[in-house]
Amino acid sequence: MELTTFWFILIAVLWAGYFLLEGFDFGVGILLPVLGRDDRSRRLAINTIGPVWDGNEVWLIVAGGATFAAFPEWYATLFSGFFLPLLLILVALIVRGVAFEYRHKRESARWKQGWDLCIFWGSLVPAILWGVAFGNIVRGVPIDAQHEYVGGFVNLLNPYALLGGLTTLALFTLHGAVFLALKTDGPMRAEAGRLATRLALAAVPIAAGFLAWTAITDPDDWGIALSVLAALTLLASVQLTRIRREGWAFTATAATIVLAVAALFTTLFPNVMPSTLDPANSLTVLNASSTPYTLKVMTWVAVLFTPLVLLYQAWTYWVFRKRLKLSDIPA
Amino acid sequence: MDALDISRWQFGIITVYHYIFVPITIGLSFLVAGIQTAWVRTGKEKYLRATKFWGKLFLINFAIGVVTGIVQEFQFGMNWSAYSRFVGDIFGAPLAIEGLLAFFLESTFLGLWIFGWDRLPKRVHLATIWIAATGTLMSAYFILAANSWMQHPVGWTMGDGRAELTSIWAVLTNSTTLVTFPHTVTACFLTAGALLIAVSAWHVKRGNSDDVFRPSLKLGAWVALIAGLGVMITGDIQARVMTEQQPMKMAAAEALYDTTDSASFSAFTVGSLDGSEEIWSVRVPFLLSLMATGDPSGEVEGINDIQREYEQRYGAGDYVPNVPVSYWSFRLMIGFGALAMVIAAAVLWFTRGGRRPQSRWLWIAGVATVAMPLLANSFGWIFTEMGRQPWSVFGLLKTADSASPSVSTAEAATGLIVLTVVYGALAVVEFALFIKYAKAGAPSIEPPAADDDADKPLAFAY
Ligand code: HDD
Ligand code: HEM
Ligand code: HEM
Repeated sequence: MELTTFWFILIAVLWAGYFLLEGFDFGVGILLPVLGRDDRSRRLAINTIGPVWDGNEVWLIVAGGATFAAFPEWYATLFSGFFLPLLLILVALIVRGVAFEYRHKRESARWKQGWDLCIFWGSLVPAILWGVAFGNIVRGVPIDAQHEYVGGFVNLLNPYALLGGLTTLALFTLHGAVFLALKTDGPMRAEAGRLATRLALAAVPIAAGFLAWTAITDPDDWGIALSVLAALTLLASVQLTRIRREGWAFTATAATIVLAVAALFTTLFPNVMPSTLDPANSLTVLNASSTPYTLKVMTWVAVLFTPLVLLYQAWTYWVFRKRLKLSDIPA
Repeated sequence: MDALDISRWQFGIITVYHYIFVPITIGLSFLVAGIQTAWVRTGKEKYLRATKFWGKLFLINFAIGVVTGIVQEFQFGMNWSAYSRFVGDIFGAPLAIEGLLAFFLESTFLGLWIFGWDRLPKRVHLATIWIAATGTLMSAYFILAANSWMQHPVGWTMGDGRAELTSIWAVLTNSTTLVTFPHTVTACFLTAGALLIAVSAWHVKRGNSDDVFRPSLKLGAWVALIAGLGVMITGDIQARVMTEQQPMKMAAAEALYDTTDSASFSAFTVGSLDGSEEIWSVRVPFLLSLMATGDPSGEVEGINDIQREYEQRYGAGDYVPNVPVSYWSFRLMIGFGALAMVIAAAVLWFTRGGRRPQSRWLWIAGVATVAMPLLANSFGWIFTEMGRQPWSVFGLLKTADSASPSVSTAEAATGLIVLTVVYGALAVVEFALFIKYAKAGAPSIEPPAADDDADKPLAFAY
């Protein structure tokens, strides 16, 4: 395999990992006002992701860093082109991260309410915007011959990309509900399970619609196959939630997210950012990449260290595998 | 202001801000790990209380370090896309390696440490904080390797309109990295030591939990003294490397316009720094030559000569950084660091043998110590980065050619304003919480319940 292809796949893996992991903690944040009736139950929800959300977020940092190292042109065009949405995402991630750490640090109800809002909006905004961003990447944006984005902000808000935003929002919220059903016991477990089946009513048509739209405008055999699989696992998750097999239901929503990301990246390949102005301006794995030497170095680093990271992150999930219930939360 | 100037202001503001929290994280993570080790070894309750107390302050600080770090990672692409295209082949590698090797380690093991008090065996739990601390050091190394490459590019060749990597080994063992890393890390320990002094002094004056805060005060003062000495020694070595690699930076740091041998070092100057008049100054003979070359009679090149030389090598242009900024930031870095050391020594002396001196000034100075290394750190970076101007990558790429062409002035301004406002608000919240928890003092520890009831509430929860 060409190293450029390998790195394209690796970056897809990093994004899939990021959405799979932070997807559920975005979902938990979005559901906080719905499932957290009182302070104690909100704390219960937050503590299901407490030990892991920061490690999950590093997937994003590494996805960004890996893009910089392996495809500098892509990093440069994408990040400068999508300036304002990225700025919004950054602000959201800032207030959300601080909120987790600071909300319990004062016994004032107003203080906590404020941070709860930060958690909600800080989870909702990126959950939508990441979908919008990927919708635009796959559909293509105006890129000139210097590889600069020339579309402006409003151009990013097209129907296809907005549907992409709704898709990630729906999938992450569902994923979060299933996660809460898996990680809690007592009333929240039952409630999250019921909510998940209702959320699925929205998530199934939205995600199916987005993937179908992708398949129609950009037919790609593998992309279509992966999309169909994503739809099937999504349906499976609904049934699994209903029969309260939460572990399997979570596996299914996780698979949906990974397969959907895989479908988008497969459709994208060998482009990394197609230009709608002139196909000759498109960024591809070849014209956006680093030199073979850099890719080789980075391949060694990735091959040696990624398994280690997976190992200790998996261990963390194992250490905190117990379901939480209200009585676990100190008064 | 155009988008370039705005982006420069933004970079300066958010990086200086990020770097308020970074040295505390690096230094304090090791000190907390050390105190916890003392607890695990001796089983003494006072060490456990100290671990929990300093650990809490550490986490309040860490939260902001993390969230501001994400902005750092993204801004190269957002505001400096021309720079990113030009250097990505080289600069991206240490950044990506930092994420994969260091950030995963830090964040995962810190999560385990925070929530693992009752979930992990004692020794395993202790190991998690040591691993997280090691992660912070690794993170520092890789990011400094990236930064050092901008100061002194090595292991590269000019490719098709961009710099291309020829040796990762050269980049990771850049002589500049090898001197910058020890200087930066010792400065981090000086910072953490000063933090310990400040908070402990406040409590020792009031006689709160002497069993916790007296040892903490002593630990902080010793760490600050020893680390401070390390900072001076490494800084001295760094100055020589810098003079060799970026002579203009040293000339600007001294506002030295004409090449001189046996050059004196002006500790303080009143008057303009444009080389025309000097109203009054305090000068140490031979010191500049000694600092820059290791030889008291060594020759130090002046700004005018280097400017002429660079015009020949790089073409017409202004190669002189902002001289007053370089001059003063260099002195303030050294001055504030030295002041912190003096206070540390004074604190050690006056509290020796369990003394509790009545002098108000000593305690005020003690509490104020914390600000000094923080200021010294900021000025050190401002000196390093402003002294490199007009280059963003020395000799290769100018800052003026680094910004994103596709980002409009309005967009850039939005970024600057939004981030500054958010950071400002965070600073207020952080500061208030920090004070609150610092004043609250060391927590009392409830003895563990006799029966190991699996149903008891978590030892720690958000
Ligand atoms: C000498 C040390 C040093 C320097 C110069 C910088 N940082 Fe930093 N950074 C750290 C040392 C550090 C750290 C000690 O590892 C932090 C501080 C607080 C923390 O949580 O980790 C961190 C956090 C941190 C994070 C969040 C990591 C996480 O989520 O756990 C990112 C993405 C960056 N940094 C990126 C950068 C970039 C791109 C920089 C350059 C412009 C930069 N940092 C300067
Ligand atoms: C080690 C990691 C760092 C890297 C990779 C880095 C990189 C950069 C880059 C890319 C610029 C480009 C903008 C420019 O050239 O103006 C810059 C400028 C700047 N940096 Fe750094 N920097 C680092 C650390 C720091 C730190 C820790 C500080 C301060 C605490 C700092 C302060 C500044 C300032 C003030 C400028 C603006 C200089 C100017 O534009 O006039 N930097 N740096
Ligand atoms: C005698 C005392 C000191 C000397 C001679 C010294 C020397 C230097 C020099 C020459 C640089 C610039 C390196 C470059 O641009 O290549 C530097 C940078 C720096 N200094 Fe110092 N320094 C001293 C004290 C301190 C103190 C007390 C602190 C903080 C507590 C500090 C923190 C820094 C930092 C954070 C940087 C930027 C990072 C780096 O380039 O290493 N320095 N110092």
